[in-house]
Amino acid sequence: MKTCLVVDDSKVIRMVARRILEGLNFSIAEAADGQKAVEACEKQMPDAVLLDWNMPVMSGIDFLRKLRTMRGGERPVVVFCTTENDMAHITEAIGAGANEYIMKPFDSDIIQAKFSQVGLL
Amino acid sequence: MKPDDFSFFSKWLKDRTGLVLGTDKMYLVESRLTPLLRKWNMGSFDSMVASLRKGDEAVMREVSDAMMTHESFFYRDIKPFELFRNTVLPRLLAARAAKRTLRIWSAACSTGQEPYTLAMILREEAAKLAGWKVEITATDIAREIIDRARAGMYTQFEVQRGLPIQMLMKYFKQQGDKWQISADIRGMVQFREFNLLQDPRTLGTFDVVFCRNVLIYFDQTTKGGVLNRIARAMEPDGFLYLGGAETVIGICDAFAPLPGERGVYGLVGKQGASAVPFKQAAIA
Repeated sequence: MKTCLVVDDSKVIRMVARRILEGLNFSIAEAADGQKAVEACEKQMPDAVLLDWNMPVMSGIDFLRKLRTMRGGERPVVVFCTTENDMAHITEAIGAGANEYIMKPFDSDIIQAKFSQVGLL
Repeated sequence: MKPDDFSFFSKWLKDRTGLVLGTDKMYLVESRLTPLLRKWNMGSFDSMVASLRKGDEAVMREVSDAMMTHESFFYRDIKPFELFRNTVLPRLLAARAAKRTLRIWSAACSTGQEPYTLAMILREEAAKLAGWKVEITATDIAREIIDRARAGMYTQFEVQRGLPIQMLMKYFKQQGDKWQISADIRGMVQFREFNLLQDPRTLGTFDVVFCRNVLIYFDQTTKGGVLNRIARAMEPDGFLYLGGAETVIGICDAFAPLPGERGVYGLVGKQGASAVPFKQAAIA
């Protein structure tokens, strides 16, 4: 079973994403901000990260940059999932090492399509 | 809708579009046509059916357009497009090296995601196609849908169902809350209104035909007729793509499945680009 770390400061979003991804046979861990996500990755590097952009303490983009410098941090497939839905943010995220990008609002079809595209399903 | 009106309506729709409606689809008819009743200030389906019985072309067009299903998305099911790029296209490039032309038909293209996916794939392969004349013809029965396809404007939801983010970055521009595919890609596709019950030879002859997720709406006789007409509009060694839930088996003898891959068919007894089984060719 593949593991996915869901990083979002909204408990509701984490719950919805968990439900969708568990339905796709992922084992889920959660983090409420980028710093907590770093700590989670230090303990166990996930196969995938579903990542919000705007969060307290450490943003998603700062987490991503940190992740890619960590030992084994090149391995997780990172899919942004954010309300930042303009080309500038998308370009910045892909430039920082994101593999895919979901613009909120999302649904299970979009999550499934994006995770398929990056070879997670 | 009254039962005798529904009987008339379902026969009329099948004759005009090939679409088959069971009596269990009454709810579908009413949900699709209610917006038109409001638009035309008609109090009931009786008036609409009366207009259809009279042969009012404007009413007939909008009603048949409203009954079509227009679900589509970019890179739908992904594998057929990977096969197109990695196997079908190289074979056709070899087989057409002297002529240097390639004609592709996206039949029942809906809002354009399929032909634009093909156009993006071909643009990615532009180096191999230098000096080639490549045409993508995309058709649909519904005029309004063709207009939408031609505009190439999609919602955020539509560009997230199947379209890799790199392709969005490369070939789309944000226009308010919508995303428009580039003029360059739009210019690679010729959209035309076309009914699959008609003879497609008026569109010319094609090397590849995508007719995916359309036949499922037709009965066996109509499916056979559509497939036989497509066969006559294809190059002898061309490729036909059908949807994952569709087949030619037991419906049309003109095509046979190409061994090794699901959903791709060649004309029976023909030699050339489609004659070698895919997996055998890959090993060779």
